[in-house]
Amino acid sequence: MSLRGITKRFGEFTAVDDIDLDIKEGEFFTLLGPSGCGKTTTLRMIAGFEEPNAGQILVAGSDVAGLPAHKRPTNTVFQSYALFPHLTVRDNVAYGLKRKRVGKDEISKRVDEELQRVGLAAEANRKPNQLSGGQQQRVALARAVVNLPKVLLLDEPLGALDLKLRKGLQLELKRIQQEIGITFVYVTHDQEEALTMSDRIAVMNRGIVEQVAEPVEVYERPATTFVAGFIGVSNLMPGVVRSLSGDKAEVELEAGVTVSAEANGLATGEQCHAVVRPEKLFVAKKGEVAPQQGADAQSVDGVVASSVYLGTATQLVVELRGGSRMTVLCPNTDESERQSLPGGGAEVSLSWTPEHIHLVRESDSERATADHEALGMDRSAAA
Amino acid sequence: MNDESKPLSRRLVPYWLMGPGLIWLVLFFVIPLYFMLRLSLESGTLETGFEFTWDWANYSDGWDRYSEQFFRSFLYAGTATVIALIIAYPLAYAIAFRGGRWKNALLFAVVAPFFTTYLIRTIAWTTILSDDGVVVDVLKTFGILGENGKVLATPSAVIAGITYNFLPFMVLPIYASLERLDPRLIEAAKDLYSSSRAAFVKVTLPLSAPGIVAGTLLTFIPAAGDYINATFLGSTNTSMVGNAIQSLYLSLRDYPTAAAMSFILMAVILIIVLIYIRFAGSEALMGDEEEAT
Repeated sequence: MSLRGITKRFGEFTAVDDIDLDIKEGEFFTLLGPSGCGKTTTLRMIAGFEEPNAGQILVAGSDVAGLPAHKRPTNTVFQSYALFPHLTVRDNVAYGLKRKRVGKDEISKRVDEELQRVGLAAEANRKPNQLSGGQQQRVALARAVVNLPKVLLLDEPLGALDLKLRKGLQLELKRIQQEIGITFVYVTHDQEEALTMSDRIAVMNRGIVEQVAEPVEVYERPATTFVAGFIGVSNLMPGVVRSLSGDKAEVELEAGVTVSAEANGLATGEQCHAVVRPEKLFVAKKGEVAPQQGADAQSVDGVVASSVYLGTATQLVVELRGGSRMTVLCPNTDESERQSLPGGGAEVSLSWTPEHIHLVRESDSERATADHEALGMDRSAAA
Repeated sequence: MNDESKPLSRRLVPYWLMGPGLIWLVLFFVIPLYFMLRLSLESGTLETGFEFTWDWANYSDGWDRYSEQFFRSFLYAGTATVIALIIAYPLAYAIAFRGGRWKNALLFAVVAPFFTTYLIRTIAWTTILSDDGVVVDVLKTFGILGENGKVLATPSAVIAGITYNFLPFMVLPIYASLERLDPRLIEAAKDLYSSSRAAFVKVTLPLSAPGIVAGTLLTFIPAAGDYINATFLGSTNTSMVGNAIQSLYLSLRDYPTAAAMSFILMAVILIIVLIYIRFAGSEALMGDEEEAT
């Protein structure tokens, strides 16, 4: 499935701005972004509930833009489930097959199979309002999957459930997806959910796609400051590229040190940010290097601003020269080690292995956001 | 927690809350009903006085003398209910789904006629439908009505009056049920291969069925006993059972027969309503489809 130059405007507001995406068959593809980034609008255009102002939507090679929703080879799992309250679970699941005039015997066979798959065979004759949230979610999934669509669209399907249930259903969704091999396009604002389930993630912000990559790539090598900040904790150190040698760049950080990292297409003199993930940072007394680190470790000095005990880890926030704040996660593997961690106000040295530092550009959309806010534009319209 | 564990005073609360309503019902419905029932079995005249004699003949006499009016009542009320439904459903639908910021203004417009009394509104219709009125003129221009045709004092006028007077009772419950309907359900239906028409038949209509049932009952029941419309817009040939009861009470002073007629009317309405609810509550109307192929 492909999107080509898809654009959607609501009056003055551009919700989706000239998006191109290629989604492979059988892929679990996630659209990730904050509310109002255009991810749900994109999904609704694929489903046929909104018409794009420009662009093509190719499903299995043919352009479906302009086709009404009921003629598209897609099915949707709605955020609020949108189960038919007047029909039983069985009739809800059978709804699409009946409309498609599938034979009676086949309908009942496929519906039974699907209810079995989601573990609701015993609830087949209940009405949706007699089910728990998690069960309703499964009915919504079964109702869509039973039609074997070319592409299954899921709009924050786990958004209304509590954390524990959500975790369980994430794995179950992934299992079902692998079992039936249908292409899933999954919309969420939950980065952890996206990382857990997806084959690939498209990170969206303000109507544009900031990065499309596998979860590891998105997390370890974010393309822009927005992606770096949205996936995980925003550990950004601003700097300027001073020189290039091969694919390495020498970057002078505002924090006072010069580091070497992969250039990622940056040019000499360009503003950029260096990212190091919290669990990749080590903390030691000022002037020392953490014992875990090798000889090639890079380091920077700072002052501990806060220290919070999180159970599995202790989270330190270290303020660097120039004002940027770095979050450090120190795993609580050893109690004496934890007790020796520096407290608030202590001067420390942060270090990391060179392969864990990554350079990113400032997001175009971040700049746009800043401009919009400066102009006092209403962003809530985006929701 | 089971009821036994609560103190007695707590368990009595629901009954206290029901109290005023119950007392009201007993005083102004049950007791009068009892006297009416008694009256319907009495015999005699106003001059000689009435006596309780288990005179069941009041019922058979009433039915024999006025069966035509009974039949007419249910025919007119039924027709008016169907017409009101045909007018009200699209209206309620438009207000609920396309009303936008005009919703409240439109609802007010539906209810606005109630600011004038029932009687005045109906009398106003005599002007509208009069032989030299605008409706008759238009109908004659289009040749629907002959040169000497008239509307007033015909069954059409009575049915039109009833339809008009009870229309808001049809619109409001239907509106309420459509307003509650989650538009995402219609999207879901379309997502599952329903055309707009199929989505309406399979989802919107069954989910607004409670509103339709409430609206038709609120229209049909009072319409069947109505006599105002037949009095002002009809003629002696269009009189309804309400007119018969009214004249038995107020002109002929035959109270027992009038009371018996009232009971027959009540019983027939009750039977019709029970059959209707039985049907309306059934799977057929609630969209639990067995595909009709």
